[in-house]
Amino acid sequence: MKIAIASGKGGTGKTTLAVNLAAALGNQAQLLDCDVEEPNVHLFLPLVQGQKETISAPVPEVDLDRCNFCGACGQICQFSAIVPLEQTVLIFPEMCHSCGGCYLVCEPGALRERGRELGMIDRGLSQEGVHGVYGRLRVGEAMAPPLIRAVKARMDLSRTVIIDAPPGTSCPVIAAMKGADYVVLVTEPTPFGFHDLKLAVETVRTMKLPMGVVINRSDIGTAEVKNYCAREAIPVLLSLPYSRPVAEAYSRGQLLVKEIPGFKEQMLALFEQISGGRQGS
Amino acid sequence: MRELVILSGKGGTGKTSITAALTALGESLVVCDCDVDAADLHLLLAPTIKESYQFSGGHEAQIDPARCTQCGECLELCRFEAITPDFQVDPFSCEGCKVCVHFCPAQAIDFLETVDGDYFVSDTRFGPMVHARLHIAAENSGKLVTVVRRKAQEIAAAQKKNYILVDGPPGIGCPVIASLTGAHAVLLVTEPTVSGRHDLERAAGLTAFFKIPTYALINKCDLNPQITEELVQLCEERNFPVLGRLPYDPVFIQAMVAGKTLPEYTDGLLVEELKNLWTKLQVALQKTA
Repeated sequence: MKIAIASGKGGTGKTTLAVNLAAALGNQAQLLDCDVEEPNVHLFLPLVQGQKETISAPVPEVDLDRCNFCGACGQICQFSAIVPLEQTVLIFPEMCHSCGGCYLVCEPGALRERGRELGMIDRGLSQEGVHGVYGRLRVGEAMAPPLIRAVKARMDLSRTVIIDAPPGTSCPVIAAMKGADYVVLVTEPTPFGFHDLKLAVETVRTMKLPMGVVINRSDIGTAEVKNYCAREAIPVLLSLPYSRPVAEAYSRGQLLVKEIPGFKEQMLALFEQISGGRQGS
Repeated sequence: MRELVILSGKGGTGKTSITAALTALGESLVVCDCDVDAADLHLLLAPTIKESYQFSGGHEAQIDPARCTQCGECLELCRFEAITPDFQVDPFSCEGCKVCVHFCPAQAIDFLETVDGDYFVSDTRFGPMVHARLHIAAENSGKLVTVVRRKAQEIAAAQKKNYILVDGPPGIGCPVIASLTGAHAVLLVTEPTVSGRHDLERAAGLTAFFKIPTYALINKCDLNPQITEELVQLCEERNFPVLGRLPYDPVFIQAMVAGKTLPEYTDGLLVEELKNLWTKLQVALQKTA
């Protein structure tokens, strides 16, 4: 089963939920850090036996001796990544989406593919036995989705796969949630949290995935989130009140399933609800 | 005119509340919300929309089943797994690269312009605001950010405003890069948690990469005094000044629930700190080239 943990708004507790759910499940769980722009999973579940891989995306490189300056590459490229001029070809690798169009249309075969480094993937086991696949975008790299797809290509479907998704509702989130069996939306009952939850719900509905909500810091703000979930028939899987000891343990990078009595049981009950009921809207 | 971008790397550190507070405290400014896929600033500034524009950022392939011969060429060539086995285009995966359109032997694939969002020019009680709404699951957030910033720059030039405040998105990828390229300075709002520290380092790496003068504000500084000290040290090493520290304060949420900016909702030490921050930022912005 593949469970994506997402939210519209950042800082609501996605990563906290993902790492603690994975730690509660232990060896049965594979945890994917798909928040590759700001990956934080490794701070809570460092990998003890790990291996690093560099992930690259193919971008064009021109051999000017072969180029006949026909301009076909510039015509097909939709991303202004290759601009043929009269006597040279300008290439902007950071704009390239790696679609392969320019090589395919180049009749003299003057274009080759080389790799542009997107980032790294760390794989290994955490002390708790969790199997980790953690993506990390190179600072300065703009495109998260291809790296997210590379992380997801390393899924082990014999385990419970937990996906820590990035915040927002645009392409990186879509790339992270695509193919999930269930989406958990983590929110907080503040006006910002509520507003972004509605966007996230619409996103998940567009993708036709079952979902449930976890309300973090459930005693701050207003009752709007709870009422909305009831109205929209979205199950509230768990409500966690604000707790200073929890906030402090989080600030230090500690696992709540180890520090907070009863937290592990809450995580296992949450998993039971998701995997047993598979309820959603 | 000086453009200041408020970023954080990590989400939920208080970027938007701080941007709204600075908007309330500052004079002669245009504010814009570049967190286009989860925009929240309008909840505090209650803009009245004056102009609204449609934003088209790219294209999407669409297979016409009447013309399609199911030869499989598109399936073969698409690198985004956007063609389903029954020859439909999955809009969530299509990047609008045109490869399938170009190579379809039956010319059965249309290339339609996508409408990815809307953007607005509005009035607020503090002056003009430019904001946007990326459509659900749409692409091209970076391009929309660029459009929003350009509009804010036009307005600032026409109305001779001194400052543009940009509420940036979380992360360090495409929309963040689009938010900060060419800006005069960046304010990083951070918090003393291991995640906050880690994400601050990456965000600071990005502003260094683009050589943009960077300043920091530590929010919720009493949550972990030890990490707060580490953050101060980190900022010193990276050579960007810490312009302020704010304690964890439930008034952030109370003001949000009331739909008000912090200086409108409360007074006292917190607002004094914010006023100091704005004074220091003005001095810092004057120094930028």
